[in-house]
Amino acid sequence: MSGSFESLLARLRGGDGARRSGLLLIVALMLLALAGVGSLPTWITLTLAGLAMGMMVFIMASGLTLVFGLMDVLNFGHGAFISLGAFVGVSVMAALGPWMESASLAVNLAAVLAGAIIGMVVTGLFGYVFERLVVMPVYGNHLKQILITMGGLIVVEQLIYVVWGPDAIPIPRPETLKGALTFGDVVLEKYRLLAVAVGLVIFATMTAVLTRTKIGLLVRAGVENSEMVESLGYPVTRLFIAVFIAGSALAGLGGVMWGLYEEVITAHMGMSVMVMVFIVVIIGGLGSVEGCFLGALLVGLMNNYVAYLAPKMALGSSILLMVVILMWRPEGLLPVAKGR
Amino acid sequence: MLNTLFSGDFPRSRWLTGLLLLIAVALLLAPFLFPGSRPLDTAAKVCIFIVLVASYDLLLGYTGVVSFAHTVFFGMGAYGAAIALAKVGPGWGALLTGGALGVLSAMVLALLIALFSLRVRAIFFAMVTLAVASAFAILVSQLFHITGGEDGLSYSLPRELTPAFRLVQDKVFDVRIDGRLLTYYLVLTACAGLFLGLLRLVNSPFGRVLQAIRENEFRAEALGYRTVLYRTLASCIAAGVAALAGVMMAVWARYTGPETTLSMDIMVNILLMVVIGGMGTLYGAVVGATLFVLAQNYLQTLMAGLSSAVSGVPVLPNLFAPDRWLLWLGVLFILSVYFFPTGLVGRLRGTGSGR
Repeated sequence: MSGSFESLLARLRGGDGARRSGLLLIVALMLLALAGVGSLPTWITLTLAGLAMGMMVFIMASGLTLVFGLMDVLNFGHGAFISLGAFVGVSVMAALGPWMESASLAVNLAAVLAGAIIGMVVTGLFGYVFERLVVMPVYGNHLKQILITMGGLIVVEQLIYVVWGPDAIPIPRPETLKGALTFGDVVLEKYRLLAVAVGLVIFATMTAVLTRTKIGLLVRAGVENSEMVESLGYPVTRLFIAVFIAGSALAGLGGVMWGLYEEVITAHMGMSVMVMVFIVVIIGGLGSVEGCFLGALLVGLMNNYVAYLAPKMALGSSILLMVVILMWRPEGLLPVAKGR
Repeated sequence: MLNTLFSGDFPRSRWLTGLLLLIAVALLLAPFLFPGSRPLDTAAKVCIFIVLVASYDLLLGYTGVVSFAHTVFFGMGAYGAAIALAKVGPGWGALLTGGALGVLSAMVLALLIALFSLRVRAIFFAMVTLAVASAFAILVSQLFHITGGEDGLSYSLPRELTPAFRLVQDKVFDVRIDGRLLTYYLVLTACAGLFLGLLRLVNSPFGRVLQAIRENEFRAEALGYRTVLYRTLASCIAAGVAALAGVMMAVWARYTGPETTLSMDIMVNILLMVVIGGMGTLYGAVVGATLFVLAQNYLQTLMAGLSSAVSGVPVLPNLFAPDRWLLWLGVLFILSVYFFPTGLVGRLRGTGSGR
């Protein structure tokens, strides 16, 4: 009985149909690209690259979209967490230099893991301070939120310059993650495989937490109608802060991954990645984690295919994709039903 | 007469009137009061930024729309004039045609952005414009055979606007009346005209509807105003005026590049000027732009002094390094959004009228 009720609800919200059309869109894009590229091994390489990029963008964007869904806060300062995470993570990895250069995969992964975890802890704490100090006074006012968080972004970027100096820092990948695996003509970069794996783990964990635990239930309920959740006696404010911290930590993780992917970090990287993050969040529908995942894969794949076929069009193609999707669904692929 | 000129929208505060008069007189007599090329350059930039910031205030302060693509329109105007002058050669025809094309394409782009993103949730607009702005900056650096890429374009102006041209043979009050001075007054006149035009616009029935949309969009729509149409028009007009400011920038600087017209820094600067001066009043643009351009030119000197004064302490010298001036303006920006949401103008009006 309750099962059919849930499926009815899902159908009412258009979730299933939209999900299917989102997946279909990805498959269609991949097939179209296969026709365009013309060679199967190149296509597999490009698809892996696109998936890896999509996963990393998803890690960075998921926190932003959840924070928006729950608190109706659009945090332009999210990019600052990305940069901060990258700088902290890289500093840790630089301190663990011998581990990074070791020939053993396990030791390399341990170094990356240490960098990622410390980066996440620092950005999480920083997210807490940022939320209390900068974002909290402007809840409920979008205009001020955009202005304030933009100001926060500038200040954090400048503080990174103060601490780490104004130059870009090169960061070599760990020894065993350099290079690529080749099967015949198919080239699979090792680091991209790692990125896809990490992205899938994060997505699976997040889905599990959101759909299988009590906290996840509260978060989902809060996204739809936070007043109702509060009136049922749950501490929504504390939930908000926890989600903000988790979102900031994920941005930090994304920053570490992205830094290793680009092999160089600058204080400005958060800002430049934010453009892609915003596109992904808009395509997916603000507030929806699944939509964000679909959007990230679409943008990642699109970027890599187009970069191969017509190098100058890469970012333009993402914007075009966003325009087309907004024309088709003005609220994004998987819009969140608001009870407010 | 004054009433017509200022469209009935007076500063409404003794202090503010005094400050505005001071700025106006200083700009009007700049070449005679502060001889030298650097002060004149500062004065011209103040004029141009007043118009640019005022046009942005039309969006942010009057209509309540946050756009990050304003530099794109500014850049389109500047590049329109610059490309024409660089490729066709220094002539009035090239300058006017290029400038007009730049302004026109800026308005068309604004219309396109508005058509597909103002229709959806307002918060999308900020994100969409941010994406468009970065795409445009990349486009400009990639089309380097037309735009000069990262290096930008240098070009010469029509003969009447060059320093070699003499309008009057003798010096007037010890100042040479050359093409540079002529350019300055051309820029000043155009800026004053545009500013008064914008003032007229925001005090017209059209401007009132924009303010109504800012205050309560739903109610404005319920009263029968097509809010999307009004917002689209407002963003097209703002884009056109920004592009005109860009044309003037191109004429004044004799150089156009991504750093001076398109970079995110300029966008952030515009935001700072609007917020510090005061959103929702065009006089805020005058005060904000003047203070900011002065700070930009002279704050760094001050900070260099501070930095060397605290050179013994570990982190402090870095914190006060002249390159970190944006840090302090960022802090000022956050504080002013919190504590002075009406900006300097709001403050001055508050004390002046005893409220």
